Amino acid sequence: MTQLALVIDLNVCVGCHACVTSCKQWNTSGPAGYMSDDNPYDKDPTGTFFNRVQTFEVGNYPNTETVHFPKSCLHCEDPPCVPVCPTGASYKRESDGIVLVDYDKCIGCKYCSWACPYGMREIDEHQKVMKKCTLCVDRIYDTSLPEAERKPACVMACPTNARLFGDVHDPESEVSLAIRERGGYPLMPEWGTKPANHYLPRRKTRITIHEDELTRADNPLKKERKQAPHTIEGPTLDDSTMW
Amino acid sequence: MHPAFSVIFLTTLSGVGQGLFLALVTAQSYAAVGFIELENPSAFFGIGSLIALLFLAAGLFASFFHLGHPERAWRSIARWRTSWLSREVIVLPLFMGVVFIYGVLHYFGWDPNVLGVSNPLQGQLSLLVGLVGTVICFALFVCTAMIYACIKFLQEWHTPLTVANYILLGTASGFTLATAYAAIQAPHLTTLYAVWAVIITLSALVTRVWSLLRNRRIQYKSSLRTAVGISHSNIVQKSQGFMAGSFNTREFFHGAPRQVFLAIKWAFLVLVFPVPLLLLAAGMGSSAVAVLLAAFLVQYAGLIAERWFFFAQANHPQNLYYQTVG
Amino acid sequence: MANPIHDPVLKAADQGSRIETRNTTCYMCACRCGIRVTLRDGEVRYIQGNPDHPLNKGIICAKGSSGIMKQYSPARLTKPLRRKQGAERGTNEFEEISWDEAFAMLEERLAHIRATDPRKFALFTGRDQMQAMTGLFAKNYGTPNYAAHGGFCSVNMAAGMIYTIGGSFWEFGGPDLDRAKLFVMIGTAEDHHSNPLKMELSKFKRHGGKFISINPVRTGYSAIADEWIPIKPGTDGALFLALIHEIIKTGLYDRDFLIQYSNAAELVNLDTKSSEEGMFVRFEVPEEEGCFDPQNKLWWDRDLNKPISTHTPGADPYLLGEFTLEDGTPVKPAFQLLTERVEEYTPEWAENITGIPAATIRRLAHEMGITARDERIELPIAWTDVWGNEHDTVTGNPVAFHAMRGLAAHSNGFHSIRSLSILMSILGTIDRPGGFRHKAPFPRPIPPCAKTPTGPEGVQPNTPLAGMPLGWPADPDDLFVDEQGEPVRIDKAFSWEHPLAVHGLMHNVITNAWRGDPYKIDTLMIFMANMAWNSSMNTVDVRQMLNDKDENGEFKIPFLVVCDAFQSEMVAFADLVLPDTTYLERHDVMSMLDRPISEYDGPVDSVRVPVVPPKGECKPFQEVLIELGTRLKLPAFTHEDGSRKFRDYPDFVINYETAPGSGIGFLAGWRGKGGEKFMKGEPNPSQWEMYEKNNCVFHYELPRSYQYMRNWNEGYLRWAQNHSLTRYAEPINIHIYSEVLQKFRLAAQGRTPGGRVPPERLRKRVDTYFDPLPFYYEPLEAQYSDKHRYPLNALTQRPMAMYHSWDSQNAWLRQIHTYNYLYVNAQTAQAAGIADGGWMWAESQWGKVRCLCRYSQAVEPGTVWTWNAIGKAAGAWGLTPQANESQQGFLLNHLISEELPAHSAGEHISNSDPVTGQAGWYDVRVRIYPADAEEPEVSSPQFEPLQQVPGQSKRPSWLAWFAGGRKGHR
Ligand SMILES: Nc1nc2c(c(=O)[nH]1)N[C@H]1C(S)=C(S)[C@@H](COP(=O)(O)OP(=O)(O)OC[C@H]3O[C@@H](n4cnc5c(=O)[nH]c(N)nc54)[C@H](O)[C@@H]3O)O[C@H]1N2
Ligand SMILES: Nc1nc2c(c(=O)[nH]1)N[C@H]1C(S)=C(S)[C@@H](COP(=O)(O)OP(=O)(O)OC[C@H]3O[C@@H](n4cnc5c(=O)[nH]c(N)nc54)[C@H](O)[C@@H]3O)O[C@H]1N2
Ligand code: SF4
Ligand code: SF4
Ligand code: SF4
Ligand code: SF4
Ligand code: SF4
Ligand SMILES: [Mo]
Repeated sequence: MTQLALVIDLNVCVGCHACVTSCKQWNTSGPAGYMSDDNPYDKDPTGTFFNRVQTFEVGNYPNTETVHFPKSCLHCEDPPCVPVCPTGASYKRESDGIVLVDYDKCIGCKYCSWACPYGMREIDEHQKVMKKCTLCVDRIYDTSLPEAERKPACVMACPTNARLFGDVHDPESEVSLAIRERGGYPLMPEWGTKPANHYLPRRKTRITIHEDELTRADNPLKKERKQAPHTIEGPTLDDSTMW
Repeated sequence: MHPAFSVIFLTTLSGVGQGLFLALVTAQSYAAVGFIELENPSAFFGIGSLIALLFLAAGLFASFFHLGHPERAWRSIARWRTSWLSREVIVLPLFMGVVFIYGVLHYFGWDPNVLGVSNPLQGQLSLLVGLVGTVICFALFVCTAMIYACIKFLQEWHTPLTVANYILLGTASGFTLATAYAAIQAPHLTTLYAVWAVIITLSALVTRVWSLLRNRRIQYKSSLRTAVGISHSNIVQKSQGFMAGSFNTREFFHGAPRQVFLAIKWAFLVLVFPVPLLLLAAGMGSSAVAVLLAAFLVQYAGLIAERWFFFAQANHPQNLYYQTVG
Repeated sequence: MANPIHDPVLKAADQGSRIETRNTTCYMCACRCGIRVTLRDGEVRYIQGNPDHPLNKGIICAKGSSGIMKQYSPARLTKPLRRKQGAERGTNEFEEISWDEAFAMLEERLAHIRATDPRKFALFTGRDQMQAMTGLFAKNYGTPNYAAHGGFCSVNMAAGMIYTIGGSFWEFGGPDLDRAKLFVMIGTAEDHHSNPLKMELSKFKRHGGKFISINPVRTGYSAIADEWIPIKPGTDGALFLALIHEIIKTGLYDRDFLIQYSNAAELVNLDTKSSEEGMFVRFEVPEEEGCFDPQNKLWWDRDLNKPISTHTPGADPYLLGEFTLEDGTPVKPAFQLLTERVEEYTPEWAENITGIPAATIRRLAHEMGITARDERIELPIAWTDVWGNEHDTVTGNPVAFHAMRGLAAHSNGFHSIRSLSILMSILGTIDRPGGFRHKAPFPRPIPPCAKTPTGPEGVQPNTPLAGMPLGWPADPDDLFVDEQGEPVRIDKAFSWEHPLAVHGLMHNVITNAWRGDPYKIDTLMIFMANMAWNSSMNTVDVRQMLNDKDENGEFKIPFLVVCDAFQSEMVAFADLVLPDTTYLERHDVMSMLDRPISEYDGPVDSVRVPVVPPKGECKPFQEVLIELGTRLKLPAFTHEDGSRKFRDYPDFVINYETAPGSGIGFLAGWRGKGGEKFMKGEPNPSQWEMYEKNNCVFHYELPRSYQYMRNWNEGYLRWAQNHSLTRYAEPINIHIYSEVLQKFRLAAQGRTPGGRVPPERLRKRVDTYFDPLPFYYEPLEAQYSDKHRYPLNALTQRPMAMYHSWDSQNAWLRQIHTYNYLYVNAQTAQAAGIADGGWMWAESQWGKVRCLCRYSQAVEPGTVWTWNAIGKAAGAWGLTPQANESQQGFLLNHLISEELPAHSAGEHISNSDPVTGQAGWYDVRVRIYPADAEEPEVSSPQFEPLQQVPGQSKRPSWLAWFAGGRKGHR
């Protein structure tokens, strides 16, 4: 069975928000129609987005890490948001594991959003239906797009390639490999939701310096010394042995 | 969570309606086994059912305000296998139907003995309907409560106490109303109802305070550490990704200042329990309508506060992701 | 029942619609990525990175993805506007006029000025990318008063590096992260090459390279650094000098590189009595001296133990030591002088200044030196150097650096950046794999050839300027000053106050013009610069100056023309507003004559083509300039007989040549009649179409053997010469020791008989700061201020999702940055009694702002910072006066002065680097304290709210953007 997902590499995400607005622009004119914004030019502008990038500080100065943390629907394998939906508008696709909302069925009761521990659903305040990341289902299967572009909008946009897209059930896929080899982890594993999206942790590269590397024979300072020609007066082994 | 008034009114109003219905069936059952005598039962049960229905309808009406697309509400019966909300949506109208039938049977005196048995247990149809209604009524309480109790990561809600509280608080308010109603319509039932109202209110006090105590000691399973997957003792959000709010900051935070939050807790503890109890005690002997009506109104007002607090107190783990504007 | 809308790919939205895609170039910022715009029924549906573009290879950023909201923003200007008679400036009271009227007004006024005193017309342009054309207009007009944003942006970066290695970071060169093993990023938050940099950083990290960030603040790129080294602002020079100290001390420098490719081994005259003191010893004077280093200097050979002409085959000079020439002149190799200079700059010394532990500084030096030496790259690429030596391989020492305004925007930035360039050079990393790489048209000679006129006689009525408005002085004779040594330009660039102000001093123009110092002007034309807000220092006063009147009730700056695309704060002060098009509506060129988007492997230039029609009456500024140039009969735009030369801008781009028949024009690609030539060739009438067919970009990949060591690469230099990129195919040796600076110093010391001398008050200043070797000094503002009263440094950072002031009108981007906090180290804030999220004051000696505080652990305790230019004036940018930008957001510029406290050098000396005139944005010192509980919870200062101007569209109360198609189909 296929389970499509994003794997997000916190090791390289610089928090640029490209994934946020590329998602917005792709989806606002997409099959589901607009993603509304309130007070767009007034106090407290607020709108519907499928993807947000947050920032956390970890540790105390000067040992501080700044972590940028992109967050969209995790397409849980056991999504608590789905069974609670009274209308069946929320559903998980058998074929590829994408969790979607059928906007024609949704009554806007918001119950599914309560049932998502991750805060990944947003109601559209004007269409009054629940919305969330669709994993760009309208791109990834669109055969009218060039093959290389059949990827989520945010994945294509991301300047650092921090967003990997693929089938986490296929052990050979890039995403599975990344999860395996780079310690990919799910969010809030305690709830047994089995998020399909995974996150890759920070990794550190360090340089080790050995003492002798600082005192090597080819040190150019040696060339600056004015050297006297060197000869030895007394006897040496050269005078008494032969091999 | 953000307490939505539609849901507060839905649950409290329908709770009153359900409790009142239970009170009616209680009286009829007492009468059936001969504990009490009923005067003018058709009017008492007929009008009583109507009142219960009105509360239920008001609750239902309120619930529509919760929906983005009320015109599609019918769709919500689809997932009764998995969704408590779907079940509630099925059970509530079913229950209203039963209450309606119950009232009609009484009001028009259509009450054939369907079981063919006579005293001490009378085989009236209305009683049968009442008993079926009781089962559905409890089912409705369970459905409503389970909508909240089933969400495991809303840890304040995820406890059998939630179900107990919904049942007991709804029933208590229904019996308190029944007491006042009886004082007007059937004064000889006042004491019976008052006693039950006191007993149920006291039980509700026990379970509700129990849940408050429980919630005080909750160990949250989620933390910023599990939320972002970084193990460090000091993780602080610096930006939630947007500044002027979103659905996620509006729907899951009560937004009230701490003092208001606490004031509302004390308000409900006072208004739902001691005040109605005193008023019930005071009104019981004298059948003083005004005092008993006041008992109900105060308790109902208290329940609105209680329900507000019920929502506000629930800490959604998603809030871990929405803490700081920056 | 409809299908589930998401399930199968329902192209319902596209059905029956006209879908088009067009390639062009983004201009939501100066990075200039290739974009592909999808239109649905003529409306912008989607903007994606163009996967076939060499710069961004398909990626895009947050701004680029929000282009739709820029295009359809209600902040857009759509009509030419004239200030209402009698209205104050700054109040936005305008009436619509026609373009004919606007042109007539301008023509009359500018023609008169040109015929009388062309200096009185000043043209200054902001963060634009058409300096080649605006500069051409100014030169042809004959005014010296022209510059672009460089002076307030990063001229220290350009000058500091170009005067040292002939190339620079910024848009001229960068780190080769493909090959680097260690990458050190200093004072960079976002920068111009932002998308490629992000792409490369990620690849670099994934390939296991070590990334170090040196910055008082850890945001953005620094977040993913393997090591963050917090530094006190303005002290990087001390760090670099200590690193140089340690690297020299441990012998971790690349001796061969320094000898061959820099002036490190060249002998400097140390005869204190000579007028040649501090100059290189020359053995003969060449016949022709151009803007290159003649190869007539000396080394001291180790084997022969005597002076020898540099680069003599087989010679092996000393880098250290002291020698005496036959005539008794004491000499030392430049490197010896550098070594002596850094002697006192120990890591312990630097620790006290920078706050970085000495052990860390040592470790850094060792990591750099050892990586450079032991991880050396040998690429199997044969090349020949200018001295005729053949090399089988190209060598690289894979330590790469990158730096930007964290260094540049300090008044000691020039010398810090020179120190960095020297650090990079002693590690042997210049134009080598894994190190710094040039981008065409760099490297340039040191200094580049362009020169301004050298005196007031260069400015004559009805005559083009006798030189370039901006240039690269090589000695005091190149300064643009009058007999008294006082400035000719209104911004005092190229005067003794700021001799190497190679990009001008835009930040002082308004103040100088207002004061009439050095003279009054008549018309100030501002293009694409928000000088009434975020690109001026001392913004409150500058806004007053813009509206200030003399005794006769006349404006002190009589006429103000603003060309903008949006309702910015600057627009409000204009007498005449020219509404520009957006980047999606116009033709543009990213020209080799300006700042192209070249790659390390060769020149790249690109174009913009309109993908949607101009809104309202918007007109590209390029068209305005061509029309004006034609009406004013400027030689570049008219034939001898005064008739129009160019139909419009596209026609101009095709047919303009720098000189008749030069074959050099604005675009390098597809030149020649049929597009068969490049870099140089006759105009090609189909050039635009050819660009369009090729993703709007021209990319010439140099042969591999020309891609490295270009300062000294015979093949490359000849190629560059043949293609007219450069006049001389001479080596561009690294100036470890700067003779150019020494010439100014000698002049200041009065030791250049008959030569120009600085005015008395500036002699000490020039003597001090024109040190031929890098040195550390405290930023000027700190030197002249009470540091105890103002103990903290205040900085800004570029937010990745906003471009300067111009994205608040963008409904999507402004949700990400709606207002700004001042970020303060939690301990510092607590000590001051300021709460997290609370209102506070930040106060400098120049002004104060009330703002919101946010605690942070990712900032050095002596530093406070905020996002740049998020705060706005109420009512500007198409926003309501209640918008958070103005009520909770604030502008740090209110705290920054455009002038230093009066001191011995003068009363009105610019708050800038004394060498280059670079604005010292990041020097400001502040103190912080909580706001009183009774104070209103709004940011301060506030300004009278602006009304919208005629022609702006209505602000919707909510938005439901859905491009074209079946609008509102659900
Ligand atoms: N998204 C976006 N991109 C932009 C722009 C934009 O507005 N938005 N603007 C463009 C323009 S015009 C420019 S000039 C570039 C500028 O590009 P950058 O130079 O990257 O931009 P700044 O934000 O000025 O970065 C200054 C950095 O230097 C640090 N800093 C300040 N003082 C010191 C110091 O003394 N030492 C050290 N080591 N660090 C210090 C600051 O903390 C900050 O991180 O960006 C360009 N790119
Ligand atoms: N405190 C502080 N101040 C700073 C800096 C800092 O780091 N800190 N950075 C400085 C630097 S490096 C720079 S480069 C300056 C930048 O400062 P400015 O050059 O003033 O840049 P912007 O604020 O972007 O304003 C440019 C104007 O261009 C307009 N504009 C946008 N698109 C178009 C267009 O297509 N056509 C026309 N005609 N106009 C257009 C915008 O509406 C805006 O009014 O700011 C400087 N100011
Ligand atoms: S992340 Fe939330 S919305 Fe998405 S599948 Fe999981 S529970 Fe559902
Ligand atoms: S809001 Fe829509 S999708 Fe969510 S539970 Fe209700 S009906 Fe289902
Ligand atoms: S996959 Fe598509 S819908 Fe989901 S966050 Fe990315 S762009 Fe948005
Ligand atoms: S686009 Fe990529 S780098 Fe930028 S915030 Fe999103 S995931 Fe991070
Ligand atoms: S980096 Fe600049 S040019 Fe590139 S897409 Fe973003 S805004 Fe456009
Ligand atoms: Mo800049």
